[in-house]
Amino acid sequence: MTHDCVIVGAGPAGMAAASLLARHGADVVVLDEQPAPGGQIWRGIEAADAGLRAVLGGEYAAGAAAVAEFRASGASYRPGQSVWNITPELDVWTTPADGAGHLRGRTVLLAVGAMERPVPIPGWTLPGAMGAGGVQILLKSANLLPQGLVLAGQGPLLYQLATQCIAAGAPPAAILDAARPADVWPALRLLRPAALPYLHKGLLLQGTIRAAGIPWYRGVTRLRLLGGDAVAGVRFHSGGQDTEIAANLVALHDGVIPAQHAARVAGCTHRWDAAQACFHPVLDAWGSATVPGLLVAGDAGGIGGAAAAVHQGRIAAADILRRLGRLDEAGRDRLAAADRRALARHLAIRPFLDRRYRPIALVPDDSVTVCRCEEVTAADLRAAVAMGCQGPNQAKSFTRAGMGPCQGRMCGTTVTTVLAAALGRPPGDVGHARVRPPLKPITVGELAEAT
Amino acid sequence: MFSRRDDPRAICRFIFEGQPLEAKAGDSVAAALLAAGITQFRTTPATGAPRGPWCLMGVCFDCLVDIDGQANRQACQVTVAEGMAVRRMYGPRP
Ligand code: FES
Repeated sequence: MTHDCVIVGAGPAGMAAASLLARHGADVVVLDEQPAPGGQIWRGIEAADAGLRAVLGGEYAAGAAAVAEFRASGASYRPGQSVWNITPELDVWTTPADGAGHLRGRTVLLAVGAMERPVPIPGWTLPGAMGAGGVQILLKSANLLPQGLVLAGQGPLLYQLATQCIAAGAPPAAILDAARPADVWPALRLLRPAALPYLHKGLLLQGTIRAAGIPWYRGVTRLRLLGGDAVAGVRFHSGGQDTEIAANLVALHDGVIPAQHAARVAGCTHRWDAAQACFHPVLDAWGSATVPGLLVAGDAGGIGGAAAAVHQGRIAAADILRRLGRLDEAGRDRLAAADRRALARHLAIRPFLDRRYRPIALVPDDSVTVCRCEEVTAADLRAAVAMGCQGPNQAKSFTRAGMGPCQGRMCGTTVTTVLAAALGRPPGDVGHARVRPPLKPITVGELAEAT
Repeated sequence: MFSRRDDPRAICRFIFEGQPLEAKAGDSVAAALLAAGITQFRTTPATGAPRGPWCLMGVCFDCLVDIDGQANRQACQVTVAEGMAVRRMYGPRP
């Protein structure tokens, strides 16, 4: 059966788009991997008690209204569904295939959000090393408080998680802050007036951390996790000396990047965004990708944050209503006007953030594992280049990088940047490995049904 | 490693490597194991190196475990259930 719109992802962008579409009478289906709406940013919001909402802060609590509006909108919501293929004809295949494994959309909106940028440093594969976002998900979804947590890396999420842990009575043991001091002034020059509320919020977070007296090492370099079967400590360089601290739980963070696999499998053209040091799909002002009828909203189209994602979702929905014949161009433009103004406000901080927190581990040392699944190191990739490897697709056959169960989600960007540096070519020219279905492991039965 | 904030969710009992463990209803299998102090979920097929969850959101596949006899399940994407039997997975490839 063909729906007016199939939305993948029930986070800020997907829910906002679905709510608007349904209110205008469109037949919209929302597929989401999680058991409840909210995406990762508002993960577990419906179940969170007042205490947890207070710990996580106002931006998290604001998700409750968005979820309530989505629930009441009339959009058909299907949780627990993993999308494993999207074709250029806008066929969407999901698993488990419990009677509804295949949908077709007149339009498809990908609102699959972001993933944490991988942090390939020595020891990052050891048990006890996690993404900071992962630790935050445990707090949001399971009320787990990290004990003796060392936060290492950089970016707003690191500070946010630190303050949440403080509020929950489980202050982190230390922050190893790898943001480069030399990037402060170049970043400040990119500040626009509209970004000041965000800057203010960031300074408040940092003030809370300082007031809590948490050891906070600045200008950290040469980060390395120590341990045999699990993390036992961290070694790093800061303030002109090497320091080692014991820890069995380390949250690493180096910003977030778009989740690309859904857009790539559908055949969308991507481009390398030098400012954000990641690929994102090529989109027009309404979020339309290069595959006809397919749109992308929220962080999946380029990192803008949750508040921006809401407006991007509504802007894409406005154009979908036009495509469906429910609005003319003037009506679409009117509907989206306020969202465009709000979006510009929320994106004003991005040039500052992108410059302030340039990634720290884009081109790791030889010994570091790049592809966690197949255990391919940076040295292996460089050896492949020495043998004639010209890009990520060839690197698969040279090294197996990107061929494990995560299908290159964790290594894709790093494979590109390592190869680009070794080849002396820009990352955009080197490109990203081709992404093929299935995007998620599927059963033989599900595959048979699809062919 | 992790402690729990108080919350009113019911207790849910499951089995890990033959041992009974307690979780809270609604926990992912990964959260339930981490709450019990278990960080190593498997060893890798390539070299047998130990691994545990990294992303907790379905991206990294480092949390793969055997659940009720089914191999290669993402522990962070499966909700724990009463009586569920969870096992580590061991590489290297045969
Ligand atoms: S922890 Fe990354 S997929 Fe489960």
